[in-house]
Amino acid sequence: MADEVVLLDLYGSMFAMRVRIAFAEKDIKYDNREQDSVNKSQLLLEMNPVHKKIPVLLHNGKPVCESLIIVEYIDEVWNHNSPLLPSDPYHKAHARFWADFVDKKVNDPARRIWLKKGEELEIAKKEFIEALKLLERELGDKTYFGGDKFGFVDVALIPFYSWFETYETCGNFSIEEHCPTLITWGKKCMERESVHKSLADPKKICEIVFTVLRKKYGLE
Amino acid sequence: MAEVQVYGVWCSAFVRRVEMGLKMKRVEYEYIEEDLKNKSDLLLKYNPIYKKVPVMLHNRNVLVESLIILEYIDEVWEGPPILPKDPYERARARFLAKFIDDKLPSMWKACWSAGEEREKLIVETREALKILENELKGKKFFGGDSIGLVDITANFIAGWFLGLHESVGLQIMTQENFPNLMKWAEEYSGNSFIKENMPDKEKLVAHYKILKTGAQS
Repeated sequence: MADEVVLLDLYGSMFAMRVRIAFAEKDIKYDNREQDSVNKSQLLLEMNPVHKKIPVLLHNGKPVCESLIIVEYIDEVWNHNSPLLPSDPYHKAHARFWADFVDKKVNDPARRIWLKKGEELEIAKKEFIEALKLLERELGDKTYFGGDKFGFVDVALIPFYSWFETYETCGNFSIEEHCPTLITWGKKCMERESVHKSLADPKKICEIVFTVLRKKYGLE
Repeated sequence: MAEVQVYGVWCSAFVRRVEMGLKMKRVEYEYIEEDLKNKSDLLLKYNPIYKKVPVMLHNRNVLVESLIILEYIDEVWEGPPILPKDPYERARARFLAKFIDDKLPSMWKACWSAGEEREKLIVETREALKILENELKGKKFFGGDSIGLVDITANFIAGWFLGLHESVGLQIMTQENFPNLMKWAEEYSGNSFIKENMPDKEKLVAHYKILKTGAQS
């Protein structure tokens, strides 16, 4: 029986992009179902009753939620090619730590950059740059966070690259000025088909943020 | 120097999780008690980003974050499995462990706050507990017949959260509203292996009461 693989997706979500990249790296065919984040579908609410959020992977009808957990699941199930996590337990733990760091220390300030104004915006920018600088230090002179191979931490962070233009516009700053090595890394990742196929267009994200989201939160 | 070292504080549920994992696999380790008001140079060197416990050293490997450490322990040492073998069940266990960790701060705050904030936190806590309650239907432990990742992660609920309930007379989680969780907690805490990895309840409550009132210990 053929595998049924469905992704409950959202074009502009960096979390959903992680899953799209993982599927593309492994060359897995799947049914992509774009969701409405405002009028949530019955399927989404049923499959992720705890958080009611995308992405959700449905593998033969069984749901897997939370983007990094989904990426690990994909890596374990479709283990025939392109491993995303290292096989050595310590290197694996190290990769998990930095992917978790992106969720803990990059995501929240990044969100506040396009959501806030004034003093709160400045604080968000500062925290965001501090977190990126720590990641830059971790990257060092490696090509990818995974070393020579594109891996778990790269998958975790690269979707935020598609939002950089939005952050820079909202915050009136240049990320490259603070983190040039990270921008070089981003451009290198974008050369991979799995990445440039899966990332949302930065201009479209800017448009969504400025015409829909910021209005929704009373900022425009 | 011992092959495995754990830096921790006696009252931390996160530290106890790591010790539980090591003991499950019968791994000998050296324990070093930290003073969080006066963090050692070694702790700051090993965990410069978060400056927290637990930190585990295995030969030259430095590991932080309790759930990441537990997965490492499971991968390195033979013995009773901490995570299930099946990828779907592993994903489910990781999801629930993360969920517990995400809800833990507000569960803890619910015990110590007052007024309107308290009421809001109690509602949030009970919603979270309901999810865990449903997860336990027909199961002895979250891991099935034996203790696993989610049970270890939920040590906070059995030990700290319920410990405080008894001592301070809280009614957030009761036999009436969470029978599965209460039964799980009894089974869990009655297990001798678990018992030796929980701090003394009275000592714990006294310690947090002091922290709360801001008095010198």
